[in-house]
Amino acid sequence: MNKIKVGIIGTGNIGTDLLVKVQRSKVLECGMFAGRNPDSEGVKRAEAMGVRTSTESIRAIDADPNCCDIVFDATSAKIHLMHAPILKKLGKFTIDLTPAQVGKMCVPVINLEECLKLDNVNLVTCGGQATIPIAYAIKQVQPDVEYIEIVASISSKSAGPGTRVNVDEFTQTTREALSHFTGVPNTKAIIILNPADPPVIMRNTIYARTSGTFKEAELIAAIHAMVKKIQAYVPGYRLVQEPVAESGRFTTMIEVVGLGDYLPAYSGNLDIITCAALNIAEVYAQRKLGLKEGSAS
Amino acid sequence: MSNLLFFDSTLRDGSHAIAHQLTEEQISAYCKQIDDAGLHTVIVGHGNGLGASSLQVGLSKLTDEVMLSTARRELKKTKLGVFLIPGFGTIKDNLARALDLGVDLVCVGVHCTEADVTQQHIEYVRKQGKDAYGILMMYHMTTTERLLLEAQKMQSYGAMGIVIMDSAGASTPDLVTKTMSHLSSNLNIRVGFHAHNNLGLGVSNSLLALQSGATIIDGTLRGFGAGAGNCQLEVLAGLLQKVGMETGLDLYRLMDVSEDIVAKLMTKPQEITSISLISGLAGVFSAFATHVKKASVRFGVDPRDIFIELGKRKIVGGQEDFIVDVAMNLAQQNKPEDVYELESLL
Repeated sequence: MNKIKVGIIGTGNIGTDLLVKVQRSKVLECGMFAGRNPDSEGVKRAEAMGVRTSTESIRAIDADPNCCDIVFDATSAKIHLMHAPILKKLGKFTIDLTPAQVGKMCVPVINLEECLKLDNVNLVTCGGQATIPIAYAIKQVQPDVEYIEIVASISSKSAGPGTRVNVDEFTQTTREALSHFTGVPNTKAIIILNPADPPVIMRNTIYARTSGTFKEAELIAAIHAMVKKIQAYVPGYRLVQEPVAESGRFTTMIEVVGLGDYLPAYSGNLDIITCAALNIAEVYAQRKLGLKEGSAS
Repeated sequence: MSNLLFFDSTLRDGSHAIAHQLTEEQISAYCKQIDDAGLHTVIVGHGNGLGASSLQVGLSKLTDEVMLSTARRELKKTKLGVFLIPGFGTIKDNLARALDLGVDLVCVGVHCTEADVTQQHIEYVRKQGKDAYGILMMYHMTTTERLLLEAQKMQSYGAMGIVIMDSAGASTPDLVTKTMSHLSSNLNIRVGFHAHNNLGLGVSNSLLALQSGATIIDGTLRGFGAGAGNCQLEVLAGLLQKVGMETGLDLYRLMDVSEDIVAKLMTKPQEITSISLISGLAGVFSAFATHVKKASVRFGVDPRDIFIELGKRKIVGGQEDFIVDVAMNLAQQNKPEDVYELESLL
């Protein structure tokens, strides 16, 4: 079967996890795995897989634009700001996994369709991908929600240097995206790095407040339905316990067990964002190849 | 002139003890009276710092803006400080606004092994021409060598000093001496200590810190703070006078503010309860106490068992949502033979 070529810029945790997923795809293949760090574990892994690599970062794609049609940027917010205009000029469909927010924010289960028509889409953050769909589902059932707060707790080991140096954008972008997708202005995002060893699985709590009365049964049903939809592209996504309304707040706790493609299963924060990115790229590729959707994997 | 700096966290750590319900009148009266007591900085805000008012760790009565502008009006000689934990507050939503309101000094705090997430915030504050200090919390959870590496990172970002927080009040005197000596002899910037009183060592550990090279003490009047409370500043001031260390502090003023204002802020005595003792022994964040008590009532579980289990899971500040999970699991287990051995944690 024909495959659409992708380029991955950034050879850290996220880029490498993505590479493993791309190589498993029926419609995608990696034409370029480029970063700046010659000692990157990811580069070694890519070479072992027979994937073309470069330490010239975006210049590798600029020098050979035919190496890919789709580009995943897994560098950092600051660097993506420099990459974005170059990728636009090259006409690459760009999926940005940094919190740079150059392109439209995409949470596939909410707005995939409109994002496929654009040239640059942004994956918000792992915390955003994990919690926004739940917040969105809550708002659909309960339009009088006045406040939404999310807490994303990820293991220290799964947060690479890129995530750490971007922790402020990570928090800010997650909060802004919560407001953007739910239409609730008053939101809060809290990001916790948990140093516990053995590392804890990515855990997210979504709180909602209303001055009205929670439609608890409807909310729970809507959340179960949303979890199921997300599981179609993030297999390890699940509810920790039944959502509950107590002391004036509605609480949902979910966790994401990673596929263990690059880092071990506790790193659900990698999977939630790389699975979302892969989903966008696969649907884009299927359209381009004239295939029926759902035949990707 | 004393070389020592005293950071006063009464209106920050004390917020934990009253579920972040400080009023404008209280902040105003406190700051007015404390201004010429010789303190370096008065830190004001939610117990978890800027932007932390939340369902997760508790909602503040007042916004950060109101708390800071109220304190700003009264503090003329003393610096106005804030505490910020990256991941709770952001530069855009919280820090920039706080500096606009006249904050002079920012303590950027993280778990003791995560210093690299403070880079953006420390650099930002320094770039704005304000004072930035790096705070390493829960320091008993890592090694002295690792602590130095983390402190050196903060030093490289521009931190003017490093304050080590014994957040769980789990420090033994030996650990204080060892840590403070190691850091102060290997860093080019000031080193400080923030004690908690779970094992009754808040004041004495602070004295030890100073005798081991620390030049900053972060404490609170009357020990007002999370869990068992903090190093009681007026007691330390008296003790330092007695051992002949120059502090520049006005002891009587500190005592007066403690009696006239802080005593009235407190809704319960700042005592070492069994819960505080067990959290110190388990090495768990003191501010969990309120949440643990609630969960213990709700699920009918001994709060001491919850603390021990939290200690085993190495839960860190901000993970208050795990408390319910732990309590629920303990309630479900309900097997009397499953009593955890405290020794396994020590």
